[in-house]
Amino acid sequence: MNTGSGDRTGVAGGACSGTPWRDPKQQPFIEVRSLTKRFGDFTAVNNIDLHIYRGELFTILGGSGCGKSTLLRMLAGFEEPSEGRILIDGLDITDMPPYERPVNMMFQSYAVFPHMTVEQNIAYGLKKEKLPRDTVRQRVKEMLELVQLPELARRKPQQLSGGQQQRVALARALIKRPKVLLLDEPLAALDKKLREQTQFELMNLQDQLGITFVVVTHDQEEAMTLATRIAVMRAGSFVQIGTPSEVYEFPRNLYVADFFGSINIFDATVISWENQDITVELDGTGTRIQTRHPKTLASGSRCQVGIRPEKVLISKKPPEGAGQTVTRGVVQDLAYYGNRSIYRVRSEAGRVIQVSAQNYQRSAELLLEWDDEVFLSWDSSCSVVMTE
Amino acid sequence: MTVIANPGKRDRLWRTIVISLPYAWLLLFFLAPFAIVFKISFADPLVAQPPFTPFFDWAADSGDRLLATLDNYRFLLEDKLYWVSYLKSIKIAFVSTLLCLLLGFPMAYAIALTPYPWRNFLLLLVILPFWTSFLLRVYAWMIMLGKQGLINNLLVSSGIVDKPLQLLYTDGAVYLGIVYTYVPFMILPLYATLERLDPDVHEVAADLGAHPLQVFRDITLPLARPGIIAGCLLVFIPALGEYVIPALLGGLDSLMIGRTLYDEFFVNRDWPLASAVAVVLLFILILPIMLFQRMQQEVES
Repeated sequence: MNTGSGDRTGVAGGACSGTPWRDPKQQPFIEVRSLTKRFGDFTAVNNIDLHIYRGELFTILGGSGCGKSTLLRMLAGFEEPSEGRILIDGLDITDMPPYERPVNMMFQSYAVFPHMTVEQNIAYGLKKEKLPRDTVRQRVKEMLELVQLPELARRKPQQLSGGQQQRVALARALIKRPKVLLLDEPLAALDKKLREQTQFELMNLQDQLGITFVVVTHDQEEAMTLATRIAVMRAGSFVQIGTPSEVYEFPRNLYVADFFGSINIFDATVISWENQDITVELDGTGTRIQTRHPKTLASGSRCQVGIRPEKVLISKKPPEGAGQTVTRGVVQDLAYYGNRSIYRVRSEAGRVIQVSAQNYQRSAELLLEWDDEVFLSWDSSCSVVMTE
Repeated sequence: MTVIANPGKRDRLWRTIVISLPYAWLLLFFLAPFAIVFKISFADPLVAQPPFTPFFDWAADSGDRLLATLDNYRFLLEDKLYWVSYLKSIKIAFVSTLLCLLLGFPMAYAIALTPYPWRNFLLLLVILPFWTSFLLRVYAWMIMLGKQGLINNLLVSSGIVDKPLQLLYTDGAVYLGIVYTYVPFMILPLYATLERLDPDVHEVAADLGAHPLQVFRDITLPLARPGIIAGCLLVFIPALGEYVIPALLGGLDSLMIGRTLYDEFFVNRDWPLASAVAVVLLFILILPIMLFQRMQQEVES
């Protein structure tokens, strides 16, 4: 599903220099303070605190109904928070109506005005600012070039493709040069090919303009590739906030681990924890694994150990080297994808472990066959200990 | 193997039949009667059966066989009565249409924004009056508006006025009757248009800096235009030729063209003149319809 996501993380977030969220002296650009939104008995957003820094491309990720869209709509001003404050660049915007906020939003449906041309759509926000006509024309022209639509200026939305409508919606939201651009599932309505292309365009655009982007999405791959940081949301709260590699490699719990790609999970018992060094024992086999875990865990408490399929090596010969977790098994299933293969190996303890192996050798024959006896091994430090 | 002989030809035949049906209907029940009325409008009245002169006089010796005359139209121009009733009709229809729009738009919008089970209930309320006889409802208004009617009784007993007001047999009563009767014809097409509007479009406009009033002016109103035009035509056209409401609720000076037409036919028995009145009325009505069609074409292109 999501192999090799680790090497994508460097791409995004050029506009946001360094890692401001690690610097306690940095002032957050968007500050959300104990924000809550209730609809009757239902709490959509539950007491959220959030700091987003200038120039970030911040992604809020979660399944449907997790409250991510409600949070975005509160930032835009379409929902009134039940409690809490929202500050942007030091200014409290909680009680401001949408039309006064220094933010603009791109809607999931794009909602291009059907009775206006592309040009008129893009110019709409500037006309509300009562700018001189020449200025408006100039900025519309620039914006059309930025989103590569100058030849379609006089078209009506009905004559545009989905991708073109998305660009119009984007240009329309960007032309007021907002402090923050909110994007609700910006790529969901596009087909796969177009989505990948647009993804990079969005990142380049954000890089050029330096505007802080807040993106809401349910697509973990989209979040991974776009974001400087990802906030994983569930039932109105954040489960984990971190860079794409942090949430992928160091998931705080099973939910996050499972949300991003696949992971093999083993039940285990904590043997010892000291100064972030943890030793756990897997149920059944009694295999002991040493790795690191930031939080104190009492000896004897239950936990889960996760290992990503691409971290597991599969071989016919026993592996060499220290600090490895090794287990034997039989290939039960395999799927060949060209660049890699996925194996499902039944271990001696009767567990099925998924392995994703890069096909670095060129061969017309399969290197491993069904029912082959194999060794599985991984660097123990690659194991993740989770408690939920 | 048998090959169906030219299936395209058969399709075309069916298409011709399907398309020609409504045309045949219009021809038979609209154009033909209109042709007859149009013909009569060029005749002279006669005390005979039928009560007008024929178009051609085949028996004439002089060779001057065409008996058609423009006298009726000339008379329409000369006699102030017809001018007055045409203008009065246009005025009443126009003002009523405007009132229906002002009343119907917020109602249609409210219905379109109401969540579902309630929305159907509200729509039912809009069409509910059609389940009782139109005439009966107008009579009900007569009873309510009369000197001893419900409204005057309430006004007098609550001390707002000393003696009953003249409510019935006034222009006001005619407006009331027409607006009451025709407002559903405004609400329904407006509702159909407003219901289909994408709510996101309004939020986008607000997001881009438009105040609620500007959102209404820039987004809601232009997108509701087809509904507004359809609703206005559905009210204006029947209101212009309305006969019953001004006859029952209106005073002597609420003379609308429908009343004049009725009087010419049934009181004066001057069929040719009445036909001329009807023909002119039709041309007054065709004008807004043609305007509407041109607007539709503009929107589509």
